[in-house]
Amino acid sequence: MTSTVVTERSDDHRRGDSADPDLVGGTRNGPPVLSRGAVLTTRVVGVAAVVGVAFTVWLGLWVTPPDKVQGNLVRLVYIHPGVAWVALYLAFGLAAVASLLYLWPRTRSLFWDRLAAAAVEVGVVFNVCTLISGSIWGRPTWGVWWAWDARLTSTAALLVLFLGYMALRRVPAEPEVRAKRSAFAALFAALDVPIVHFSVVWWKTLHQGATVLNANLSPTIHGSMAWTLLLGFVALTLVFVWMLLVRYRIGVLEDWVGSGELDLALRERQAEGIAPPVAPADVQPAPPAPAETPAGREAPREIAEVSQ
Amino acid sequence: MAPAAPPTPALSLRDVVALSGRFPLLAGVDLEVGTGEVVLVEGPNGAGKTSLLRVAAGLVPVTSGRLTVLGLDPERYRTAVRRRVGMLAHASHLYDDLNVRENVRFAVRAAGADPGRIGPACERLGLTGRLLRTSAAKLSAGQRRRVALAVLVARAPDLWLLDEPHAGLDASARTLLDELIGEAVATGATVVVASHEPELLEPLADRSVTVSGGRVTGERSIRSPVADVPVPVRAVGSAAPASGPPVERVGSAEPAAGPPEGVGSAAPAAGPPEGVGSAEPAAGPPVERVAHVA
Amino acid sequence: MWRDAALVAGKDLRIEARSKVALSQVAPFGVVALGLFAFALGPDRAPMVSGAPGLFWVAVLFSTVLAIQRSVSVESADGARDGLRLSGLDPAGLFLGKALAVAAQLVVLELVLTVGVVLLYGAAVKTVWLIAVACLLGTVGLAAAGTLYGALSAGIRVRETLLPFLLLPVVTPILLAGTRIWQAGLAGGTPSDATPWLHLLLAFDAVYLAVGVVVYGPIQEAT
Repeated sequence: MTSTVVTERSDDHRRGDSADPDLVGGTRNGPPVLSRGAVLTTRVVGVAAVVGVAFTVWLGLWVTPPDKVQGNLVRLVYIHPGVAWVALYLAFGLAAVASLLYLWPRTRSLFWDRLAAAAVEVGVVFNVCTLISGSIWGRPTWGVWWAWDARLTSTAALLVLFLGYMALRRVPAEPEVRAKRSAFAALFAALDVPIVHFSVVWWKTLHQGATVLNANLSPTIHGSMAWTLLLGFVALTLVFVWMLLVRYRIGVLEDWVGSGELDLALRERQAEGIAPPVAPADVQPAPPAPAETPAGREAPREIAEVSQ
Repeated sequence: MAPAAPPTPALSLRDVVALSGRFPLLAGVDLEVGTGEVVLVEGPNGAGKTSLLRVAAGLVPVTSGRLTVLGLDPERYRTAVRRRVGMLAHASHLYDDLNVRENVRFAVRAAGADPGRIGPACERLGLTGRLLRTSAAKLSAGQRRRVALAVLVARAPDLWLLDEPHAGLDASARTLLDELIGEAVATGATVVVASHEPELLEPLADRSVTVSGGRVTGERSIRSPVADVPVPVRAVGSAAPASGPPVERVGSAEPAAGPPEGVGSAAPAAGPPEGVGSAEPAAGPPVERVAHVA
Repeated sequence: MWRDAALVAGKDLRIEARSKVALSQVAPFGVVALGLFAFALGPDRAPMVSGAPGLFWVAVLFSTVLAIQRSVSVESADGARDGLRLSGLDPAGLFLGKALAVAAQLVVLELVLTVGVVLLYGAAVKTVWLIAVACLLGTVGLAAAGTLYGALSAGIRVRETLLPFLLLPVVTPILLAGTRIWQAGLAGGTPSDATPWLHLLLAFDAVYLAVGVVVYGPIQEAT
């Protein structure tokens, strides 16, 4: 009877795992494993992402024509906006929504926490790629690696907010504490994003007029260019989803490694109350010396009797 | 489980599990404390006594099981419950930069209690004159505890949670503490005291529960509730008063003065070495407990 | 809620009155920062004057981090954090009180720094009310966001190093807005130049005050 109660407790406590349909098993019999469906999904998404990126590269580099104004530089348009879309909207939006769902008591589950963490981490990668590809584009067109343009600046600001979130996550803490802390941090940062965005845009535009980025970047779109652009968005989104799935699973495993078994911990803890305490430090002032030995022997005998 | 508990318990724990990370501070506690009761919580170091009080005070969240404090769910009515619960913890929760009077005043007003009670409470705890204007940083450990007690007295909570209340107090303060507990109960408050020196508190307690391994593993009644303020002089041990000398209620500071074995355990000779007197250590609760687990 | 806020603010300000940490450490630090900026830009007056608004706000931001650290550490000695939770204070009132105390200290600090900017950099203040409003709104935002992040990092051992990294990027809009309004105020520009920035500060204040009132309790319980 007691053992079933313990199991329920452990499930209750680990809602994060059990509420997640993709994970089967759990802490009792080795590491949590992905269900067949989840494995298949991850693989399909991964293959689709690779194929999509390959096609985008092929179309972007060989099939589409160079631009009249920008020449071959325009080929960055198949990558850069797609990467930025993932970094600025998809990843951050997902992290914000997942954090909110974690904070909402009815949907609280470590699933959302891990999802938010994975989204932020993958988002940081994409954010850095956005900045790098933007720099590569900016150098030949504007003549500088970096310009204090509104869009660049708010992208960088977003990156710093993301990095703060990751730093907070890295502070050693229990999964639940860390999850709550991080979710609050994500919430505060998400609320800041529109304010930062407006402030940076005004900072730029109210001061110096039009931004550099507006110059000449909207050439007439050739048919094949439009398709390649679209494919690029889809392919990069698939890459994001694939990385997210993999990162999520790593998060599950990380927590599993750190956790140990709650069942076992509970039993060990309860057993402390049964076995005679190793060092009865509390009561040292009063133990009568002669009574100690027989009583000390008696206790284990009782246990042995009962557990038979 | 609890014998003859009044209809609305002041504190009720049902199969409560509380975790610190993955470590179970409480591993399934069942305990019911009736209004007006004084319950002594005994057990060795690390048994879960402090955790039990911290959970009751709402400082540690309940992972599973049910907890009600003063008939309310402390998660839902957090602030309301906390205003009616007073805890004497290991730390005194004082601000070093404020003086004694300011510390007491802040804590009492924070709890929404009547500031008019501050003066009498401080006086009662011997915090008068220059001491009131001394900054908390300059106080000794015992004095800090007196300040914390003055806060408690002035707040007059409905539920007192006292964690090793005798620690750091001199003999006169211990006597005073016992009186204060008696008075609190006389005005209808409920007191839960954790201690590993149960003999000091037994004269006051109605009931004693033994905590070990994060659970309540034994329980015995000490006496029926007595409400008269000048608390009885003798420990009303449940049995065998002949063997031990009559225990003066004036909690004498030196443990040596007490009887050698746990006061009031029914069968002193067979008492377990840890002295956490469960009534019949040879046969009773431990066996039940083991069977429960296996 | 307001009663608790006043109680907590009064307590924190009394602690400050006794310990004088803000007065004897944080404010001097701000002045030192102004001096360092002068060394970095000087000795010509021109770059200092043109940079004065931004330098002022950077000094304020850095000092805010210190003030918040202090505000958090007041509650971390002798189990005071548990004490606050046990006290029965309304969390919203607690948040407002802590923020109010920080804000009061920041206002004094800003006065000192304004005098410093005028004296050391030779900047002339043309529209005083604009500067005052910018300081007031900026202070509220800094105190609110700072108190929130302070609570978030309260239980963390590496708090001292983590807090600036978390807080400073978030309060960037205050730096931008404050600087622009100050530029208008120093140059004697029309208030219309500053209007969008004042709105931005108002929005920032409203968002972080509202969030703080709602989530301070859960944060306190979580960490």
